[in-house]
Amino acid sequence: MLANAVTIVQDNWLLLLIGQYPNGPLGGLAATLILSVLGIALAFPLSVLVALARLSHWRALQLPATALVYGVRGVPLLMIIFWVYFMFPLLLGVSVPGSATMLCTLVLYEGAFLSEVVRAGIQALPPGQMDAARALGHSYSRAMRFVILPQALTNMLPSILSQFVSTIKDTTLGYVINVPELTFAANQINNRLLTKPFEVFLILALTYYALCFSLTQLAAWLERSIATRRAGPVTQPLVVAQ
Amino acid sequence: MKGFDLAALLLNPQFIAMLGHGLAMTFVVAIGSWLLAMSLAFVLLTIRLTGNRIAEACVAVYISYHRNVPTLVQLMLWYFGIASLLPDALQEWLGDHNAEAIFAIVALGLCQAAYFSEDLRSGLRSIGSGQAEAARALGHSYIGMMRFVLMPQALGNAMPALINHTVSLFKNSSLAMAIGVVELTHAVREVENESFRTFEVYLVATLMYLLCSLAIMAAGTLLGRRGQTAGAH
Repeated sequence: MLANAVTIVQDNWLLLLIGQYPNGPLGGLAATLILSVLGIALAFPLSVLVALARLSHWRALQLPATALVYGVRGVPLLMIIFWVYFMFPLLLGVSVPGSATMLCTLVLYEGAFLSEVVRAGIQALPPGQMDAARALGHSYSRAMRFVILPQALTNMLPSILSQFVSTIKDTTLGYVINVPELTFAANQINNRLLTKPFEVFLILALTYYALCFSLTQLAAWLERSIATRRAGPVTQPLVVAQ
Repeated sequence: MKGFDLAALLLNPQFIAMLGHGLAMTFVVAIGSWLLAMSLAFVLLTIRLTGNRIAEACVAVYISYHRNVPTLVQLMLWYFGIASLLPDALQEWLGDHNAEAIFAIVALGLCQAAYFSEDLRSGLRSIGSGQAEAARALGHSYIGMMRFVLMPQALGNAMPALINHTVSLFKNSSLAMAIGVVELTHAVREVENESFRTFEVYLVATLMYLLCSLAIMAAGTLLGRRGQTAGAH
């Protein structure tokens, strides 16, 4: 069984890595990574806006942002993918490739979840930070930009990284609308071989595991180092001693 | 595309029956895997509490695997991969008994058990050690201490996380469509193909999912409040 798996990897590593590129669209692990990096990068500004809207005192901003977050949290990602898949061509009047559909869905979905992370990060800061910034003469928006957000976002880095891991895992759902990514490539291999489904999907699972596990470990390490740094100079000598 | 007409969908008994069956299957998959996940989570938690190094490492690997591999891939590994390794007689029996749904329940249940057991463990860890010592000093056995003193508090602490993960389990039941389970999302695609009323059928299904998820969240808030008042006495 192990020998079978090794042969499958040897025969298909290029398909798993980049899909049918350059003879077709970029796929495989490369497409998964590009989709998730772009997804989280575009979801991030959206999430900050949504978080600020939810924390705002204006109900006209607060209500739609809250509705968006609860709506996205309460509906399966698969449903949202199908919504975008059929609404997008309708609104734009042109056919949209699967990966663009998937990217838009990811931005919306991860943006809503990430906004909860950002909101928690802002609320976790002591209120004295905002008071002090205002007392120093900053306007609300300048206080947010120069005092609150830089601190909140640094503290939130591990959670943002965890959200990135979720994004990688969520790109697999692109398989349902035929987005050429890693899961799609594995299914192509499985359909060609037919007789070794266990080996093929085990390789797929282990690939995702290696990727996500290393990122989860990185997030845990970041969390520890931020906690150490925030604990202040008392623990500093301990760190040096190590 | 036809004009918006919700009645054309809702007054058609065939489409309503299809959506109804889909929703019922969604509940079967979600509740089945929730029960499996919760019971397995307690087993995993117990193993972790025994203090046996090897057993603990096994549980850690189990949890790490299920949290770092996408749920869809776990479903595919079970349905396409592990199914093919089973003895022929068992494969045949499964084929006669809605194999897709059984594998979906097993895969989703095993996956969510990892999350539930982590929730319970952190709920248990956030209780001060004085509670356990006081319970033992009062003459409780280990089981009695767990049953009457620690677990009620741990469940209360873990409630928000457990509810969040119950909602995501419910949402993840839609992934079962990828291996051919005729649950709500699958039924939606079928109705869409027959009625061409894409917008209406997505709207109805989205509202169904949303209402169920919000109901779970609301139930969680209620339970959490009850837990808090119980703790205050």
